[in-house]
Amino acid sequence: MDQALQHLVNGTVLGGTYALLGIGLTLVFGVMRVVNFTHGELYAFGAYMTYAAVSLLGLDFYLSLALATLLGMALGAAIEFLLLRPMRRADIDSTMLVMIGAALVLQNGEMWAWGGVAKLIPNPFPGTPLVVGPVSVLPLRLFVLVVSIALLLGFWLLLDRTRIGMAMRATFQDPETAALMGVRINWVNSATFAIGSGLAAAAGALLGPVFMVSPTMGDLVGLKAFAIVILGGLGSLPGATIGGFALGFVEEFAGGFVSTEYRDAFGFLLIILILALKPQGLVPAKERIG
Amino acid sequence: MSTLLGWGFVAALAALPLLFPDPYLLAVLTSAGIFIIGAISLNLLLGYTGQLSLGHVAFFGLGAYASALATLGFDIAIGFGWRLVVAPQPVWLGFLAAIVVAGGFGWLLGRLAFRVRGAYFVIITVCFAQVLRMVALNWVELTQGPMALISIPPFSLWWPGEGWIALYRKDQNYWLVLAVAVLAFLLVRQVVRSRIGRALVALRANEPLARSVGIRVTHYLVVAAVISAGIAGAAGSLFAHYVRIVDPDVFLFIYTVTMVIMVVTGGKGTLWGPVVGGLVFGLMPDLLRGTAPPEAQWIIYGTAMILFVMFLPRGIVPALVRRPS
Amino acid sequence: MSEVLLSVEGLGVQIGGLTAIADMSFTVPPAEVVSLIGPNGAGKTTAFNVITGYMRPTRGRILFEGRPIAGLAPERIAARGLVRSFQRTSVFAGCTVFENALMALHLRGRAGLLDALLPFLRARREEAALRAEAAELLDLVGLADRADLPAEALAYGEQRRLGIAMAAAAHPRLLLLDEPAAGLNPSETAECMALIRCLKERGMTVLLVEHDMAMVMRLSDRIVVLNQGRIIASGPPAAIRQDPEVIRAYLGAAHAAA
Repeated sequence: MDQALQHLVNGTVLGGTYALLGIGLTLVFGVMRVVNFTHGELYAFGAYMTYAAVSLLGLDFYLSLALATLLGMALGAAIEFLLLRPMRRADIDSTMLVMIGAALVLQNGEMWAWGGVAKLIPNPFPGTPLVVGPVSVLPLRLFVLVVSIALLLGFWLLLDRTRIGMAMRATFQDPETAALMGVRINWVNSATFAIGSGLAAAAGALLGPVFMVSPTMGDLVGLKAFAIVILGGLGSLPGATIGGFALGFVEEFAGGFVSTEYRDAFGFLLIILILALKPQGLVPAKERIG
Repeated sequence: MSTLLGWGFVAALAALPLLFPDPYLLAVLTSAGIFIIGAISLNLLLGYTGQLSLGHVAFFGLGAYASALATLGFDIAIGFGWRLVVAPQPVWLGFLAAIVVAGGFGWLLGRLAFRVRGAYFVIITVCFAQVLRMVALNWVELTQGPMALISIPPFSLWWPGEGWIALYRKDQNYWLVLAVAVLAFLLVRQVVRSRIGRALVALRANEPLARSVGIRVTHYLVVAAVISAGIAGAAGSLFAHYVRIVDPDVFLFIYTVTMVIMVVTGGKGTLWGPVVGGLVFGLMPDLLRGTAPPEAQWIIYGTAMILFVMFLPRGIVPALVRRPS
Repeated sequence: MSEVLLSVEGLGVQIGGLTAIADMSFTVPPAEVVSLIGPNGAGKTTAFNVITGYMRPTRGRILFEGRPIAGLAPERIAARGLVRSFQRTSVFAGCTVFENALMALHLRGRAGLLDALLPFLRARREEAALRAEAAELLDLVGLADRADLPAEALAYGEQRRLGIAMAAAAHPRLLLLDEPAAGLNPSETAECMALIRCLKERGMTVLLVEHDMAMVMRLSDRIVVLNQGRIIASGPPAAIRQDPEVIRAYLGAAHAAA
């Protein structure tokens, strides 16, 4: 029981950052119909920018996190402008290929710039865990959870209260009608991709200090983001939030009670099973035939 | 490209070791050749059925592991106190095992993944390869995990007058890979030019219309997946017995991407596309070696993919040949 | 052979909570041309999609030659001898006209994987026969001289003709044509009618959805009129022309009252 409680706490901490990742990917897929293979690289980018700001420039830890997130948004906006805007009329497969090419360039660019050795980001939190009853948690992880939840709330407020948020929601639901209603698609796409990328970079900036920063850290995370999105039912923002926490719990509990080695495999097996066995529930209604 | 030109090309490649017996050149071409076989098989799915399968390396890796394990033998627990013990088998049996195992998984993945299309299909195939990589990493009793399977025997062939000979020499392996590549090319050509190939292209062009004239979607897509996976498995087996070491990294996404780049740049849905793209991108790493860091190679690959999809989406071969084949 | 080729019994279809077809029953006797007409949104295209397996009915039965086909996949239904044409997306783009015809002859062939790998006598003979049949098919619809063009390069009217030819290629016993004359000019419409008559003479039964009333009246042996998902009349053209309810549905209730 105590062990289960500990897993629950760990799963929640993990789930918060997973939810950030999942929401970014879902937003981009829902609004732009783009399967974003660069998502994991933007996550790695966020972690590296935090490292650069803290360790190389000697900036304040909290300021560095914010800076990394903003730089992630800027990179996302650049990718949207250079690659996705010219491809807007292309089919989804071609766009995927372009994004895979971009991911390859980003990852190896990072490898080139930073070398293959993993980096450690110093942080101002004490290394002794907080112990509450049977559960212990590192202060840094608690901070990560709090910031993740704050970002999630901020994202929902943005979507709910701002003009651009409304435009994004409208496009998410029905791009054609949204365009007819006067939504400026280019502007919405830029904002969407920048925000999606910013969330991924923020997740990287937050988890960078928890784990290590390495050029291939985006690989697995990019795939996990897909898992989260599918767990939540591809194309649903609340679903992606729940999916993020769900994957956190699945990994924590399956890792704890079934097999530590296959911890990372459970998410992928789950995706295959969900997509293959119950696709009709997740796939949007097909176009009218004839 | 005319048949005559094709056979002339094969003859020139076959004569190469006699004219330039440079072991480095042959090693480079042999590795490229193994990837070209993979690309030829991927093209059947990517090019002819139009399904963006991004888990292709799974079949390559399955072939490599199946062949390596069959020739090394293994002894694993299969639950309830039972053990599965396989004594080392001859290499040709490993090669067959690679094709059968990869083909079998091709059938399984086809059955599961072809229920969906587009982004969903892509994600299933990517995850499939990822799960296999994790199994290879963690099922240490069978695969040795990250320690890799080592001391894999080289390929051996029965030769008239000589009996069984093990292929240690570079030129022997080169010819073997060339022969398998030609077979793979001919196999795909026969399929593509048959009633099956026509059904595949019809499904790619217009699925609802294809179904209305009685083309069984899942059946034909699964047939294509099995053939494609089987050939990729054969390539994996060649790889295992040529490099003679197999580790879980054979399942890396980056190798699928390499094959995809070869197919896309060469010209998907053309017979010669994967060969042309495969030669360009199979030889490029060695042209760059010494002049640029390894990251540069991948940056060039990624950039090439972006530029081709954006500016020459049909690839090199259709741009060279006036009438699309 | 039964008296009825196709029989639709108590068919109901709901799409996302909306009723597309409330309750539909009609039969198609062999060797006739039966037309399904009605105002836009009456459920004609839905009926086509359900009969040919592209959509599932919520309730009711569909019998083809006495055997139930509701819920089967489109390709299985086609294999039983019931093939449709499409309003839009009617050709295989990127393929030549001749290749289109060959693809449509899929069900006329048998060749499998073994024949593909070892194309000996049987497979070669089949391929030659299919090619001859494809050429004949293009001849029938007057597209023989267009055989090597990409299908999407054909004029609109030619594409529609190719679409009909492809649906008829494998000699289905029942041919469903979805608005074959939509967007055609008068002379093309006349050609289209001649083609349908020709197919009927070749022994095909035709179920037609069409907006062009003149064409429907002249071609049909029987007409089924749909309105808001229900059948409001059925019978020979002469009777339909006089039916007050049909007139009301087409001209609007206000007009009929005045």
